[in-house]
Amino acid sequence: MLDDFFTRALIAGSGLALVAGPIGCFVVWRRLAYFGETIAHSALLGVALSLLLDLYLVVGILVCACVVVLLMFHLERRDTLPADTILGLLCHGSLALGLVVLSFFPNVRINLHGLLFGDILGVSHTDLVVVSGGGVVALGVLWWLWRPLLAATVNVDIAAAAGLRPQRAHLVFGFLVAAVIAGAIKIVGVLLIVALLVIPAAAARRFATSPEQMAIGAAAVGIVAVAGGLSASAEFDTPSGPSIVVTALVLFALTRIRRSRRA
Amino acid sequence: MRNGQPGDSAPGALVHARDVGVRRGERWIVRHVDLRVGRGELVYLIGANGAGKSTFAKEVLGLIDISEGNIDRAPSIRMGYVPQRLPLTPTLPLSVRRLMALTGRFAAQEIDAALAAVGLERLGDPPVTTLSGGELQRLLLARALVHRPELLVLDEPDQGVDLAGANRLHRLIEQICDDFGCGVLLISHDLRRVMDAGDDVVVLVPHEHDEPPEGGDAPMAGGGRERMPQS
Repeated sequence: MLDDFFTRALIAGSGLALVAGPIGCFVVWRRLAYFGETIAHSALLGVALSLLLDLYLVVGILVCACVVVLLMFHLERRDTLPADTILGLLCHGSLALGLVVLSFFPNVRINLHGLLFGDILGVSHTDLVVVSGGGVVALGVLWWLWRPLLAATVNVDIAAAAGLRPQRAHLVFGFLVAAVIAGAIKIVGVLLIVALLVIPAAAARRFATSPEQMAIGAAAVGIVAVAGGLSASAEFDTPSGPSIVVTALVLFALTRIRRSRRA
Repeated sequence: MRNGQPGDSAPGALVHARDVGVRRGERWIVRHVDLRVGRGELVYLIGANGAGKSTFAKEVLGLIDISEGNIDRAPSIRMGYVPQRLPLTPTLPLSVRRLMALTGRFAAQEIDAALAAVGLERLGDPPVTTLSGGELQRLLLARALVHRPELLVLDEPDQGVDLAGANRLHRLIEQICDDFGCGVLLISHDLRRVMDAGDDVVVLVPHEHDEPPEGGDAPMAGGGRERMPQS
């Protein structure tokens, strides 16, 4: 069954959505959409790095994304530039650097379209194992980090006064976002991954009365979006990433309709 | 019961700050501050806007590093913090009881008791965003109390609360100080309020901005603190 490319993409995509849902909630609560974009854009530099060092693609992207996260933390603490300026610098700087480095490999054929928008044909057995294993680790880390991260999201000083070390929580969270984006490259692609973080969380907000409910709801919306989007992608031969994001958008729109009827 | 004499440095102080200063770049935010809070004591920290009150509160809690002086805390002391404001993002669904358990796990009875101590026992469990300013302040106080703190630091809890509400709040804090036996450092900009209350009052004066960082002892008017002994 796992020989079927569609099944592989479905399992990897669902695993991804399961992790992206709760992490996306924190992206929404903490207004970190641009932070996510920045890490996503650094993925292309990660691809170049993988080619240069002959690394497995997801690992190259993850390493590169984690370096960008560290750089961001360092600059935010040391520099007087506003946060969004630092993000803009790193976001487009890493993208441009990635494209320049890639141009040094004229003989290497890379599926740029697939990297940008996702390619369900590209999910290999190795990818499946890495995404599943990485997903379990990421969920475990998030479970352990939940209380400090939520406290730091509500109020950094309250979290610090309670000894929950908000700076460490923020940094580990940055690595988690990097992991989600590295795992997402084959499924939704770098240009659309932030949508898979933000839209399910926004859709789940309407029906949640606690942070935990919202996280579970976002994971559920994400899984439905992945299943629906991949089916549509296979059926209509559309790129997988955009199909998943459009499905998520439709789900989000449905939550709005129910809301306005009730109101 | 309130005990302890202002200014005495006998052992048993929950927190004891000596000649504390914090510098940002060339500028001293606060400097030459001495302060001591013992068990069951209510100490007021008074100052105008910009005098560095919130900065000093964070120093006491150990959230920021000090540039000079030292702060001694009782070993493994439990400290509770009530921030000046709690800007809540509407995308985060947070109910009253979920906020109470934000930084720790508590039995329902413990949460009930802390809510009752601040007079919110009949509030139920609505979203925190629907609370009034006064209710939110008391909820933040309850959230700190559920941890059974030995030292409670409140940063302008009367900010944004009307006069009658502020009077009730201050009486409530005195009550809590007695009932829980914890030391309280209460930051306020309202000088009148403290003339007849509290064990000790420390006044912060805005520091002169143009003083060189390596300058000698500043005159009182330039930045230190004045101490008004308990009457």
